[in-house]
Formats: sequence, C-alpha cells, structure tokens
Amino acid sequence: VVAASMVSLPAFASTVEEDIKTLIGGAEVKEGGIDLSAPEIAENGNTVPVEVDAEGAESITLFAAGNPTPAVATFKFGPLSPSQSASTRIRLAKTQDVVAIAKMKDGSFRRASTTVKVTIGGCGG
Amino acid sequence: MAKGVKPRVKVPKKAEAGESITIKSLISHKMESGQRKGKDGKLIPRSIINRFTCDFNGQNVIDVTIEPAVSTNPYFQFEAKVPEAGEFHFTWYDDDGSVYEAKKKIKIA
Amino acid sequence: GAWAKVAAQQALTQDQLLEFDTFGNVSIIHVTDIHAQMMPIYFREPEINIGVGSNKGHVPHLTGADFRKAYGVGEGTPAQYALTYEDFSSLAKSYGKVGGLDRVSTIINSIRADRPDALLLDGGDTWHGSLTCYKTEGQDMVNVMNALKPDAMTFHWEFTLGSERVNEIVEGLPFAALGQNIFDAEWDEPAELFKPYKFFERGGVKVAVIGQAFPYMPIANPRWMFPEYSFGIRDENMQEMVDEVRAAGAECVVCLSHNGFDVDKKMASRVKGIDVILSGHTHDALPEPVLIEKTYIVASGSNGKFVSRIDLDIRNGKMMGIKHKLIPVFSDVIAPDPVITKLIDEQRAPYKKELEEVIGKSDSLLYRRGNFSGTWDDLICEALIEEREADISMSPGVRWGPSILPGQDITREDLFNVTSMSYGEAYRTKMTGEFIHVILEDVADNIFNPDPYYQQGGDMVRTGGLNFTCDISKPQGKRISDLTLTKTGEKIEASKEYWVAGWASVNEGTEGPQIWDVVESFIRKKGTVSVSGESNVKVVGV
Ligand SMILES: [Mn+2]
Ligand SMILES: [Mn+2]
Repeated sequence: VVAASMVSLPAFASTVEEDIKTLIGGAEVKEGGIDLSAPEIAENGNTVPVEVDAEGAESITLFAAGNPTPAVATFKFGPLSPSQSASTRIRLAKTQDVVAIAKMKDGSFRRASTTVKVTIGGCGG
Repeated sequence: MAKGVKPRVKVPKKAEAGESITIKSLISHKMESGQRKGKDGKLIPRSIINRFTCDFNGQNVIDVTIEPAVSTNPYFQFEAKVPEAGEFHFTWYDDDGSVYEAKKKIKIA
Repeated sequence: GAWAKVAAQQALTQDQLLEFDTFGNVSIIHVTDIHAQMMPIYFREPEINIGVGSNKGHVPHLTGADFRKAYGVGEGTPAQYALTYEDFSSLAKSYGKVGGLDRVSTIINSIRADRPDALLLDGGDTWHGSLTCYKTEGQDMVNVMNALKPDAMTFHWEFTLGSERVNEIVEGLPFAALGQNIFDAEWDEPAELFKPYKFFERGGVKVAVIGQAFPYMPIANPRWMFPEYSFGIRDENMQEMVDEVRAAGAECVVCLSHNGFDVDKKMASRVKGIDVILSGHTHDALPEPVLIEKTYIVASGSNGKFVSRIDLDIRNGKMMGIKHKLIPVFSDVIAPDPVITKLIDEQRAPYKKELEEVIGKSDSLLYRRGNFSGTWDDLICEALIEEREADISMSPGVRWGPSILPGQDITREDLFNVTSMSYGEAYRTKMTGEFIHVILEDVADNIFNPDPYYQQGGDMVRTGGLNFTCDISKPQGKRISDLTLTKTGEKIEASKEYWVAGWASVNEGTEGPQIWDVVESFIRKKGTVSVSGESNVKVVGV
C-alpha cells in the first residue's frame, strides 16, 4: 500500500470559477457542443490524458479545478485546423474536476467538465 | 538552454489534397512547475515550455498556451488539414528563451 | 496424507470429475490466476465478499450457505469443500489438497481426447506467486505452462517482473500474448508486442479471442516497473475490436479477460457482440456462467484449484448453445500427468532444500481471502509490528496465497506462497493519523465504490495494531471512522505521528528487509503460531 507521493503544487492561489469569469467576461456559458474526455481513474496523477473537442470553437481552455493553480492550457485553432479538437497530458494534484471552456466563433462560450479520480493505489489483487 | 530537450513529431508521409490528418508531438522537458521544493527546502524556479505552435506552409494549425499543470514531456495530439504538398513547422518556446523546432514534409498522394 | 486420499477416493472418482457430454463444435479450456502454484495446495474460499451497488447480493458476492443455496450444493459435500469456506479444516482432511499443474494437465489431456482442437486460454497472474517463480523471474512457470500448450494468454502480475523481463519472455512465447488495452504510454498507441486479438479455426468455426489485461496495473502495482505501458478498460476500443473481428468473419468472439468479475459484468453490458467472457483477477469460482444480455461470463477460480470447460454450439455465426463445467482439481483424485510431474520436479530441484525447510508450525487455519481480513495477514501484520517495532502495520489486500491447516508445518515455500513479489520490501515509516485515515479511505473506495469501473478487484488493506469501523454504504472520505490503537484503545489523532510498518509499497526506492524474511524470523521465535481470526474491523452498512 502506501502512498505514491501526489504532485506537489503550491498553496491556494485562485479558484477555477474566478479564472473562468476572467476568461469569459460577462458572456453566457452554455452546456453542450463540447466534448471532454479523461479517464475515470488516473493511472498516474502526474500525467493524465485529456481530450477536448468543440466544433466551431476559436479556442478551448482547460482547467484543473482542484489544482492550487487551475489554469492548464489554451488551444487556439488556426485556419488549417479542421476539427477544433486536441489532446494533452496534465498534472492533477488530487481527485477533481477537469473543466473545458470553448470560445465559439459567434462569441458564445461552451462548458464541459469531468471528474478524474487520483488514487494512492497499491494493494492490488 | 535546458539540457536534453528533444522534440519529436509523428506526421503521415503523405495525404490526399484537402485531407485531415492526425499529428502527435512530444518534447522531452522536465516542465519544472516553480512550485516544487528542492532538497534545500527552497522553491525550484519555474522552467517550462510555455507555448507550442504548428504551422503548415506559413498558415497556423494550432497555437497552445501552456501552464505548469501540463505534464513533463508535453504531449499534444491534434488534427491538421493538408491543402497541398508542403512542410509542417513545429515550434516550442521555453521559459529560458530557448526555441526548439521540428519540420516535417508531406506529399500529396 | 494417505488416509485423506482414501476418503477422497471413496467419495469421488476421476471419471466423475471429468465427466462431460461433448457438446456443439468448439471447446474452450480456461485456467486463470494460478499465481505460480505448480503443486497441490489447500485453498479456502472467502467468508466475506461484499457486493455493492447493483452487485449487492449477486454472485460472486455470495459465500458459505448462501452460495450453496444458490447452486444447490449439499452440506459436507466435495462441492462445499471446493467452493466455500464452511467447515474447511475438517473437509480438507477428507478431501485433501487441490490443484497441481500435473493434475491440471490430466484434465486438459482428457478434454483434448474428447475434442483435440480445444482452445486452452490462460487468464494471467501466472508468472507470479512462489519461491521458484520469484527466483527464476517467472521461468519455472513459463516452462511448465508452455508444456501444457496454451493458445493465448493475458496479463496482470506478470508485469511486476519489470517490462524488460516481460518483453523478453513474451517475445519467446509459443502462443499469443493478448491485450487490446495494453498501450504504449508515450504515443498512446497499441503496444506492438501485445496483439489485441487472435483468430483460431476450431471445429470449422472461426473463433476470435480478444485479450483484456488488468486495467489498473499502474495503480495497483508499481508503475515504475513498466513505465512504457498504459492500460485502462478502454471499452470503446474493445467495441472496435469486436466489430473488427466480426467484420473479418469471426463467428464466435471470446474475451480472455483480467478485469475482475464486476468490471466484466459492466463491460458486457456496454460492449456488444462478445459471446463469452472468461473472467479473471477477482479469483471467483462459479459453477455456472452468468448471462449479461447476450454475453456469458465464466469465472474459474485461482491458484490452480479449478479448470473450466466450456463447449459452444456455433452455427452460422451465432452461438446456439453453451455447456460449462467448473472442474475442481482434487489432487488426490485426479492422477498426475507424469510428463508434467517430471517437469515440475526439474523446476524445483535447484531450490528443493530451501523450499522444504520447516520454519514453524501453525495451531490455526491460515488463509488469505476475505474483504477485510484473513489469518495469514493477521500473522503477517503481527510479525511486522513485532519485528519492525511499529505501532501499526499494513498488509496489502491481495487475493492470492494458499491456506495452511491447523497442525500443519509452515515451510519456507508456504511463506513465499503468501508473500512472494518483486517489491516485497518491508518499510518502516512515520505517518500522521490523518494520512493513515486517507489511505484507508482511498483503498476502501477502490473496493466499495458502487461503480465497478472504479473497483480494482483487491480486498481491503489489512491493518495490525489498529481498529476501525468501515461503513461500506458511504461515499469516499466518509466510510472509515473510530480509528483506535488495538493495544490501548486510544483514539488515533489526526496530527499525531505513528510508526507504521508495511510491505508491497508501490513507491520506487522503498527500503527494508524482504517481507518473507520478516515473517520467517517472527515464526522461528514463536515456534508454533496461533491466530484468533478475530477481526479488528467493524463493518457496517452492508
Ligand atoms: Mn490473481
Ligand atoms: Mn490479478
């Protein structure tokens, strides 16, 4: 049993909702039109695969809601991006929600989130 | 310049004109978050890849802003439209001012 | 002993055990979770195996009399001895040991005599779990299993040999190494060495066998030992593979799985087109397949104790019928195959003295299985506290490891059978009360989360020196309460530090003596050990 050390990140810095507010200003956020996928359980909290997809997005920003600093990455899609989708691997300090906010070409925003469990592990059968 | 930084990309050798292809990129980099303490108890200074871009024949495919929460050896997978034969140009920007590049040619099948 | 043999033979014959009216056109033989047990052993099934969520009250979460009632098993019968914990010590005297790969070979040979092209499929957890397997890095088991001529295999504990060794063995395997969910971690692409599936032409039927390795390998076991690989359930990819083999003409799709039973049930409800899932990892032995929508799930036990025979009637790409028998390997009844006996002896010869050395004796029945405790682990936890001078000890909730009857000698082989692993270092470290609580909550959620996809298929971490209450009906973070030190009854304080001894840490660089040496030293001092079997866990919310 015992304790894979969790990712060490700093003390409380900001909340994901504050960050999202800064990102969207006063605009309305709609659910749907954006897919976010991540494993139910992280094999390794230091490298969790995350995939986002929002057709018609100008950019998509990823947040790790439970990290002390929630911002993760922003994908800006250029003229040669056919699908507005991308995957990366991220650090999650503990079990938490990963949130994706897509800025659509019409100026609206879309939101999706999914929970990833980060476990100490060990003790397997 | 950080040591041992090695970019790698996977791009198909050819595509049909106008086809969408999948690209994968990896760069070996420790992505020091600036939030870890060293053995002496002091914070280890932040040193990460903070931006990654992919362009094709001068037109942008994707431009990624990266925070310390992206894992060691940053990995990106995305799609690109290939309107004609040409060259993909990948660029990684390091906190320390270093710029790492990779190029891949693609033919039209 | 000799009189056990007589008693068993009076009640049972090899012909009875192997009796089977050959059916349909395809036969499958399933063995799984052998954990390197080449020799006959005793193996007591669990008394406590709690199902949660929709699995509450369903097999494999029925034990003892409830299990017997579900399958019509009479009291005192050989089937009770094989399938339940009840009256174990006395039935063991009547019916003797179980397992032994030379007996398994006899069963396989007899099935192949009926149906020469029967498929033999190994569900994994094969190259792990004994002294000889540890010392030869799995070679003893590879040599013996190869002689049984399997057609395919999938994996779990094998990876704790380290990826370099696994790769070396797999490259030389004379059969298929399967796992649709074994991926290259760097590029997130299917690992080249492990194929997702293989086609077999059997009885004029095109059969596809798809492999499913243990999904939580890097979580349950030390990921630093196989960093190149990534796993996961990947049921979308499983569906793609099923569709792919069906499109390529598969008339019968078999999934050789190491998911664990409840995960297999959920996967069967989500992935369409699998005819049979051969389930492994959770070590359940079920006398009948469980049907989930159109998929039959077969569970074949562990430690070489059972062999499943499954005959299928496949016509025009459809499964028209299934016939199944879970064959208990009563080792005093089934004649050993001398070819395999000789091969096993050869593997053991270099280590014979070491294996047979008597360390001490047990007054009590020593067993492993149970959601919260087993007497083997009670003994290990006590040894850790005494030998490592700790307040609290922890032992992983693994499900492998044979039993020892009251009055039986404990040999070094017996010790390795319940402790052998490539990361057996017994650590000693300070932990806060809060961290101990976090560990217990974390492990409890990996067992009692109502969603099977969050269950990793082990049992609860065993603790020594520590009492607690576990409410399995609560969510994570709320299940564990009333932590106290066993000795003094003192409450565990969140901020206070305690000395904790344990073993099988998944962390790289863990230091300490090997757990089998710790336990050996403890037993030698005691001479004869006795374990009360009283649990230090109060379980509520069942
Ligand atoms: Mn097993
Ligand atoms: Mn297993």
